[in-house]
Amino acid sequence: MRGHGWKWLLCTPALIVLLLAASGPLLIVAVYSFLSPGNMGGVVWEFSTEGWFRVFFRRDIFEPDLVEWNAAHLQVFWRSIWLSLQTTFICAVLGFPTAWFIATRPPHTRTIWLFLITIPFWTNLLIRTFAIQEMIRNNGTINTVLMQLGLIDSPIQMMFTEFAVLLGMAYVFLPLMVLPLYAAMEKMDFRLVEAGYDLYASRLNVLWHVILPQVKPGFIAGSILVFIPAIGAYVTPRLLGGGRTMMLGNLIALQFGQGRNWPLGAALAMLMLVVVVGALILYLRVVGGNDEARRG
Amino acid sequence: MRPAVAEGRYSITRLPGFGLIAVLTFVMLYLPIIILVVYSFNSGVSQSRWEGFSLQWYQAAFNNAQVRDVSLRSLWLALAAASIATVLATLAALGTTRVGRFPGQTMIYALINQPLMVPEIVTGIALLIFVAAVKVQTGYTGMGYLVAAHTAFCIPFAYLPIRARLETLDPALESAAADLYASPVQAFRYVTLPLMVPGILAGFMLGFVISLDTVVITEFVKSAGQDTLPTYMLGQLRRAVTPEMNAIATLFLALSLVIVTAFFLITRTRGR
Repeated sequence: MRGHGWKWLLCTPALIVLLLAASGPLLIVAVYSFLSPGNMGGVVWEFSTEGWFRVFFRRDIFEPDLVEWNAAHLQVFWRSIWLSLQTTFICAVLGFPTAWFIATRPPHTRTIWLFLITIPFWTNLLIRTFAIQEMIRNNGTINTVLMQLGLIDSPIQMMFTEFAVLLGMAYVFLPLMVLPLYAAMEKMDFRLVEAGYDLYASRLNVLWHVILPQVKPGFIAGSILVFIPAIGAYVTPRLLGGGRTMMLGNLIALQFGQGRNWPLGAALAMLMLVVVVGALILYLRVVGGNDEARRG
Repeated sequence: MRPAVAEGRYSITRLPGFGLIAVLTFVMLYLPIIILVVYSFNSGVSQSRWEGFSLQWYQAAFNNAQVRDVSLRSLWLALAAASIATVLATLAALGTTRVGRFPGQTMIYALINQPLMVPEIVTGIALLIFVAAVKVQTGYTGMGYLVAAHTAFCIPFAYLPIRARLETLDPALESAAADLYASPVQAFRYVTLPLMVPGILAGFMLGFVISLDTVVITEFVKSAGQDTLPTYMLGQLRRAVTPEMNAIATLFLALSLVIVTAFFLITRTRGR
């Protein structure tokens, strides 16, 4: 269409709001990460790389020249990455059969199953985390049932452990894995599966050599869609984990609360952003490459 | 249709164990929520031992002035944010659909979708910093910050269905209107806009649900006395809670469910 060069101006109001209340503040975070912390929170307008330095290192209280790795921070980074990877793995293991199950239903019931996966996706994260909390508390459903069955004498401590955070994240993010996997399976060419069986391939062989290569883009998309919110998780580790199972999101929040070190918090937030943007670029490459393959 | 289920006994789509895992997954997804709902009707104070049916916890929730206060705030905040976001997203969709490529297009898409990509905690502390600075400068501490933050967060969610709807519209319809001497404004008012309604409704509903669900951003932007239902729950859930919380969660759940179902019906049937 020609003569519509002015049309993009219609985006202006939306862009102003987005710049003011979403993108613009991110630039301020980048600036704040290079300032000095104020005594009561906030910042002092003095350039400093101390915030970034403290992300990885710490100084000895008595001898400021003595520098060592900040073990507490490194532990949180490692826990965030490890728990997010485990969450992604669990979601993949449960999500693949689930997506396959939905994709192989007859068309009219398929919509219902798909709807059932979508509902939790749109249900408040807090409510779903609360539901898991109810299950795993010391006097929660699981422990009560196990004790009534006489299988255990005293409740198993599940709350405030890494297991609780892992369980909560897998529960909350599972639909994000199932939906792209389902989308990939729906586009799959089932004649190839049939051809595989005609050529006397075993079920395992068909799964490995025929089905998996076809749904691989869905797998990668799902993995990244689960990994990104898992790395950025704040509510789930806060409610199900405790102070000892802190993740990166909680460490960032801490710097703006009791920690009162805004530049360090800003630097940690930028670090998280870098990890997420890296994962996103990977995702766009996979999805983009997939589009080209379809066109070609 | 694709052969969803192959005929004959040797089904090509059967993979041993997959059905079982899938059914267990669905059970695991729904069991905790169902238990949560069931115990909201418990007559006792326990959330894991059933002591009989009662509506006392719903009564308690309704009589809790703070719960009423935060619920109303959540609802009007969602209404305000979703309404503004829908108007802005509709304009943006009109500005970016069926216009061909233009300079800065990628930039605009990136800006619109940015809230979807950045973790909420990062947006939250970014807004905390920004709002703190603005508060010092202006002295304003009202709800405006929350409305702005929620609106920005809702824009991409409202934009997606509106744009999707707009893309399915046949450009010939507008040409036909022009051929019949409709001015561009008339063509928009009487042809394009009515056809966009399902998309706009869907966008509004999505924005509304998203605003209702937003907890991390609200937690960092709110001033004292501006708790919403999710931030109130976040605060309460760190302590031991009574089934009153189950009752609140159930009502909240029911509201989301109604909106999501309506959203599905609109996009499935009329949006086709």
